[in-house]
Amino acid sequence: MQLIDLRGVSCPTNFVKAKLALEDLDNGATARILLDDGEPVKNVPRSLKADGHKLLALKQAEEGHYVLDIEKQDE
Amino acid sequence: MSEEKQTKLDLNNLKAGGFIKERGKDLFTVRLRVPGGRMSVPRLKKIAEVAEKFGGEFVHLSVRQSIELININYKDFDAVVEELGEKSQKVASCGARVRVPVACGGCEYNPNGLVDTQKSALEVDDKLFGTPTGHHKFKVAFAGCPFDCPKSATNDIGFQGAIYPQFDTDACISCGLCTKNCVPKALVTGDDNKPVFNNDPCIWCGDCVKVCPTGAWSEKRRGYTVRIGGKWGRSPLVGTLFATFLPEDQVVAFIASVLEWYKLKAEGLGRIRLGDTIIREGAAELLNHLRDQFPEYIVSHTIAPQVIETQVGK
Repeated sequence: MQLIDLRGVSCPTNFVKAKLALEDLDNGATARILLDDGEPVKNVPRSLKADGHKLLALKQAEEGHYVLDIEKQDE
Repeated sequence: MSEEKQTKLDLNNLKAGGFIKERGKDLFTVRLRVPGGRMSVPRLKKIAEVAEKFGGEFVHLSVRQSIELININYKDFDAVVEELGEKSQKVASCGARVRVPVACGGCEYNPNGLVDTQKSALEVDDKLFGTPTGHHKFKVAFAGCPFDCPKSATNDIGFQGAIYPQFDTDACISCGLCTKNCVPKALVTGDDNKPVFNNDPCIWCGDCVKVCPTGAWSEKRRGYTVRIGGKWGRSPLVGTLFATFLPEDQVVAFIASVLEWYKLKAEGLGRIRLGDTIIREGAAELLNHLRDQFPEYIVSHTIAPQVIETQVGK
């Protein structure tokens, strides 16, 4: 699974970086995205969902950041 | 001298106001009608041409989203109106009338927007703009969500987009985002790590629906939260709650009904705003008037518009 570490990256740069990283994946491939608590975890998952990708899981890690698992869906 | 005598103005152009006297001799500001602040690019170009030809070196963006042409000589009124194009760009109003409604961008391109405020603003502008109230100015604003950038409750009638959430427990993945992001704390985490909803503190902002990564939260009802009786200026009032989840297609009828009450109840009271009329008559009077026509949406009780003490400490 591709790991996309977006900790320390603020909105909306984190979303744009996630989009760019997902462009390199095949349709149906899964990726794990690390997001900071706060605005990033509030915004990025729903924006990726609005882009048509499938959200598989979202859990908060012990360190405080969030781990988002996503399946790439081509339009 | 002879030129002045030939000046004839079409006084119909002045009927709804929108021509405002400036400091300089013969000069006026022409306030244009821009409902909801949406301006097509071709119209913007046309306005720029007219401003360059008849106006000063700049235009002013009014605080209620209009473009105002500055330094227009009153002799040019007819030419300005004609060149702007009667169909595409009308002049706004001033005085004791229903003003051009203000609105945020709405839901078409703004991800926060819950309702189509632009459509509502256009409908109200089309049906009610310029209606004389008989008493004082009458302002309407549309906010697409409870973040309320247009400050709806400072208007005579303020509309705020709202959705009532519903929960599908099977679709929930217990990520906790909705509970975490619920600012008024209407959601708490239950025993099964899933959210528990309490309507009392909920402001129907829809944040739970927006942040939910799986669609477990969705909307059950959509419409406007309506606050009435607000104003700003020398003695501010904040409007109070009169209706919830008013459907978008009943907005014009709702405003018309409030106007009907205002015209009647403010009779003989001079130049008085709606909010002060409600304080005088009692909020229940207006509530009962509206309940006849909109029984499903009127709240069971309310309070009069609230005075804001802005002079304490001087």
